[in-house]
Amino acid sequence: MTDQPLLSLKGIRKTFPGCVANDAVDLDVAAGEIHALLGENGAGKSTLVKIIYGVLRPDDGEIRWQGATARIHNPAQARQLGIGMVFQHFSLFEAMTVLENIALALPREDTSVLRKRLRDTADAYGLDLNPERHVYDLSMGERQRIEIVRCLLQDPKLLILDEPTSVLTPQEVDALFATLRSLAAEGRSILYISHKLEEVRTLCDKATILRAGRRVDDCIPASETARSLAEKMIGRRLEPIAHQAIAKNDSVTGISVSGLEVQSDQPHGVDLKDINLEVHGGEILGIAGIAGNGQVEIMGALSGETGAPRAGQIRILDTDVTHLGPVERRLLGAVFVPEERIGHAAVADLTLVDNSYLTAAGRMKFSSHGLINWSSVSEFAQTVVRDFDVRTTGVDALASSLSGGNLQKFIVGREILQEPQVLVVSQPTWGVDAGAAAAIHEQIQKLAKAGAAVLMISQDLDEIFLLSQRIAVISQGTLSAATPVGDATPEDIGLLMGARHTQEPENPRVPA
Amino acid sequence: MTELILASVLTVVPPIMTMMTAATPLVFAATGELICEKSGVLNLGVEGMMLIGAVFGFATAAVTGSASLGLLAAAVAGMLASLIFAVLTLTLLSNQVATGLALTIFGTGLSALVGFDYVGETIERIGTVHLPFLSDIPVIGRLVFGHDPLVYLGILVLLGSGWFLNHSRWGMVLRAVGDSDVSAHAIGYPVVAIRFAAVSFGGLMAGLGGGYLSLIYTPLWAENMTAGRGWIALALVVFASWRPGRVLFGAILFGGITIAQLNAQAAGLGIPAAFMSMLPYIATIVVLVLISRDAIRIRLNAPACLGKPFRAER
Repeated sequence: MTDQPLLSLKGIRKTFPGCVANDAVDLDVAAGEIHALLGENGAGKSTLVKIIYGVLRPDDGEIRWQGATARIHNPAQARQLGIGMVFQHFSLFEAMTVLENIALALPREDTSVLRKRLRDTADAYGLDLNPERHVYDLSMGERQRIEIVRCLLQDPKLLILDEPTSVLTPQEVDALFATLRSLAAEGRSILYISHKLEEVRTLCDKATILRAGRRVDDCIPASETARSLAEKMIGRRLEPIAHQAIAKNDSVTGISVSGLEVQSDQPHGVDLKDINLEVHGGEILGIAGIAGNGQVEIMGALSGETGAPRAGQIRILDTDVTHLGPVERRLLGAVFVPEERIGHAAVADLTLVDNSYLTAAGRMKFSSHGLINWSSVSEFAQTVVRDFDVRTTGVDALASSLSGGNLQKFIVGREILQEPQVLVVSQPTWGVDAGAAAAIHEQIQKLAKAGAAVLMISQDLDEIFLLSQRIAVISQGTLSAATPVGDATPEDIGLLMGARHTQEPENPRVPA
Repeated sequence: MTELILASVLTVVPPIMTMMTAATPLVFAATGELICEKSGVLNLGVEGMMLIGAVFGFATAAVTGSASLGLLAAAVAGMLASLIFAVLTLTLLSNQVATGLALTIFGTGLSALVGFDYVGETIERIGTVHLPFLSDIPVIGRLVFGHDPLVYLGILVLLGSGWFLNHSRWGMVLRAVGDSDVSAHAIGYPVVAIRFAAVSFGGLMAGLGGGYLSLIYTPLWAENMTAGRGWIALALVVFASWRPGRVLFGAILFGGITIAQLNAQAAGLGIPAAFMSMLPYIATIVVLVLISRDAIRIRLNAPACLGKPFRAER
């Protein structure tokens, strides 16, 4: 390790029309250091790393790389310098294979050599990948593995990871951390963006905290608490959310599923086998599982998007809805928040008002005689924005203009404010920062407290344990019996999630 | 008896020969559009570019007396027309559908204006290939080795494009740009430059297809002589779900039915001529739709960014 930082930023400023994304940001990353970049959504973390990676150009300021002033005009140049990046929004090509996706980022590699290197690297880091599969039928977790392997293959001096663990199991996270630590021991630096503060505390040597585009603090995360880090990020005191015992109301059965068999309509999807579950009023049932084990199928079956199942029955609020579509199910009092924010939960090119109309029209009675009452839709959207603290320029902003966390707050808010009796939500805080995640968790708890039945599908075990009263695990299309949260440990659940799943590394091998 | 069979075989040779020449303009135009669309750009101006190619090719041949120079001029004219489209849609981010339609209207008008003085003129056509020995094999010789050189070039370019897309590095980059322009940009590929190249290739091929019509297929200029072939080329690409092999099959099918219905009309079947003329268009589309119904294959082959404007954020 030398005294000279590997990467040094001085006074970086970047403005977009209508907002200052970065202002006078300084950052030093030493060689062999795991450096955390912390901040809420919209604090300017992504903009800053895009500047480092050459995707964006700063308006002002200086970038020094290994002591010399560097102008990074494009990502290819950044990669040449030795900067690799795993994007939060994957830079993948859905209609192409895993191997092609990797080859595109490594222009000077022969395909057959690359295939071997891909297998070696994937094995070494416990990242299971089939090079011939097409990306569009891979789960979010598998897609992220491509991004990570793609970066590692470029032998970077600095690796930038934007929210890398949000879709991994605890065991996979451990394996990744071991990998990152050994990469750091090799003298490589890692710039690590995460909203999981505990992770930052255990993994990172240093942390730089951004708030509203400015650097507010540098600290050693190990000597802070998660709470103090979060408070530095948001600039005010944070009230802790505790696990709440909620009075379960057995007289209301929100969702009841028996003997459900669904043939997946997803290519390489997972068929659901004999799914049985029951969620009562006032209860949160958590379904844990690694992406791609039937979560998409179960969401589709419950929301009514995938049509009639092969066998079994679904009841919502004591009505047989097995053959009803999403609109009818919503009218009964159920709402749904699917995993994909853009393209499934919200339409990117429509405004927040339009998006409000799309799912709330029936329950909120937004139209009469075939005409839409836009002023009440707009009022509803404004209420969502206000109550859920959605940071946006207004309700006429396009959904695509919101950051991930803010859009997620909007989508969850849009459903919860319809005062449903049943909420089915998948990955409620995927890629969302600590402040927003806390807000979403609080609202889900509040809804259950008010007597609604909540079914939450999530890969995030912290979230599962924080919110659920009972936990079930989905693995390869079968659902385990639900255990009360007091009787389960994260390790048990983590092992169940990996059961019969090939990517479970028995002994995570760490390269020397 | 054998003489009878031989005679009847020989009578089908000329129609099959003309079938290939009827297919060739489509092969060229569709290949160009295939590459263009694979890069994520929808150019609806194929008909216009073909007409521009046809008229400039014919005019050049009429003035210089050289059909080869005419073909060259056709290709260049088609490419220049496509560059207008590229500047408008890729640099100035105008709507691709509207701009493509405008290009077709522009091409129709411009070709009528330029071609006004050439209506009724004739030129010398490019001869067919004659390979010693090979072309003299009875039946097969003429069928396989007896076409004009452009027929072979067309098939070669189409199959070459298939190889380029699926087996070459730049073909992979082209598909990547069409699949996700944002991702390609993030990795560091020059999205706009690649699309410029793809659009120009599309124009070049459409021009050549038009030139083939006015210089070889029917060596004369008539206003609007492409008669919707640009549109059928567009439809071929989409209904063949962006697969070169199916594009070739569709083009030959179109050529075949065109010739068959012409012969049937000449033979005086009692079917209205308008219906017969419509047949190749309908049949080609119906057959391609029926063989390309696999939703997953379509999803894999359809360029996800087709028609969407792209602006690099800086």
